Amino acid sequence: MNWLIDFFANPANWSGPDAIPARLLEHLGFSAAALALAALVGVPLGLLIGHTGKGSVIVVVSANLARALPTLGLLVLIVLLLGTASIWPVLIPLVALAVPPILVNTFEGVRGVDPELRDAAYGMGLRGPQVLSKVLVPVALPLIMLGLRLAAVQVVATAAVAAYVGLGGLGRYIIDGLATQDYESVVGGSVLIVGFALAVQGLFTLAQRVMVSPGVSQRLRVR
Amino acid sequence: MDDDGQPLFRWSWVESNWNSDSPNSIVNLLEAHIVMSLVPVLLGLLAALPLGLACVRWRFLYQPTSAIMNVVYALPSLPLFMLLIPETGLARLTVIIPLTFYALAVLVPAVVDGLGSVPDHVRQSAVAMGFTPLRRLVQVELPIAVPVVLAGLRVVTVSSISLVSVGALIGQGGLGNLFTDAFQRDFYTPAIAGIVLIVLLALVGDGIVLAAQRLLTPWMRARRAS
Repeated sequence: MNWLIDFFANPANWSGPDAIPARLLEHLGFSAAALALAALVGVPLGLLIGHTGKGSVIVVVSANLARALPTLGLLVLIVLLLGTASIWPVLIPLVALAVPPILVNTFEGVRGVDPELRDAAYGMGLRGPQVLSKVLVPVALPLIMLGLRLAAVQVVATAAVAAYVGLGGLGRYIIDGLATQDYESVVGGSVLIVGFALAVQGLFTLAQRVMVSPGVSQRLRVR
Repeated sequence: MDDDGQPLFRWSWVESNWNSDSPNSIVNLLEAHIVMSLVPVLLGLLAALPLGLACVRWRFLYQPTSAIMNVVYALPSLPLFMLLIPETGLARLTVIIPLTFYALAVLVPAVVDGLGSVPDHVRQSAVAMGFTPLRRLVQVELPIAVPVVLAGLRVVTVSSISLVSVGALIGQGGLGNLFTDAFQRDFYTPAIAGIVLIVLLALVGDGIVLAAQRLLTPWMRARRAS
């Protein structure tokens, strides 16, 4: 506990280039950009494949394969290849990490919509894209949001690793602290990242409550 | 970090580091990697079964348990390793403990969902045939829950194998140590070898769980064949 108090009470951690707010912003920047890119890939692809039913095997296999990719290894390799001049070495591994949960949950959500509901929508004269946007998306929304939440939490947690290759973010406190045996900074940084991840989790849970139509069943299938 | 025209991959490095007395030979790292990823999956499964059963038996437990599991799943691995170091030191246990909790966080809902997927008429048939609750659970409900539980186990196995590598940042990452080695020496080969081996290991682990599922649910194949 004393370490924590020392860390947060230390004025050096609140001003200058190594300040907590600056690191927090960097961390937020990586995470938000990675999540946005992953959602841009995962949600439309999941909707399309879930709706048409074509290529579902590919989704499951490729998502599993992507889940196996070690983020740290990918990060190191890309940094060695591209250097650290741009933000891409961080973004590529984080996007690879975030796409599978988004893709799989969106796909499962759309595929799991009651076929009778779908038939009813077609029976009312809706066309394919309308069925997708007016029926399938709202009904699948709990799972889509779950996928986004899992992805966001994992991205925030893993973005800490970026500090290892000399990039910023809250992971700096951990990596720098380890290097200089400054345990105060290691613990402080760890607590900051844990708090950040929990805040993101809470935010997404809240968003889900607001966005999901109350008519849609609240029962969720995890993963 | 300049590109000095080194080849992307050097087989000779793999050959000379494959099996030696060094604790950092690839075979030794692979062994450590398997232990650190397998133990959490097994411990997680062992703990998730009774916890999941308790949640099904006493429904009121499920809400708080799943809330706790959600929070656990949100905890980042690297900081957790750090917070554990004063308790465990720089040891394999530092990696195994957080990964066990991740496994638990995925498997408890899987067990609950799996038991929830048992159709009511099946349960009633078992009761009507005079099955005791324990026998009903072991012979009827758990087998039917197998596909859902093992679907969770596949996710856990693969992500556990890939997550162990983060432990390299505290020197306990199994094959992940190849990544820190690659970075420190600005040398592509260990990074590529590590990624390939981890993905292959994950595929093998996934395949083993799939095979177990086929063995445990022979009726699924019978139904498809008919």
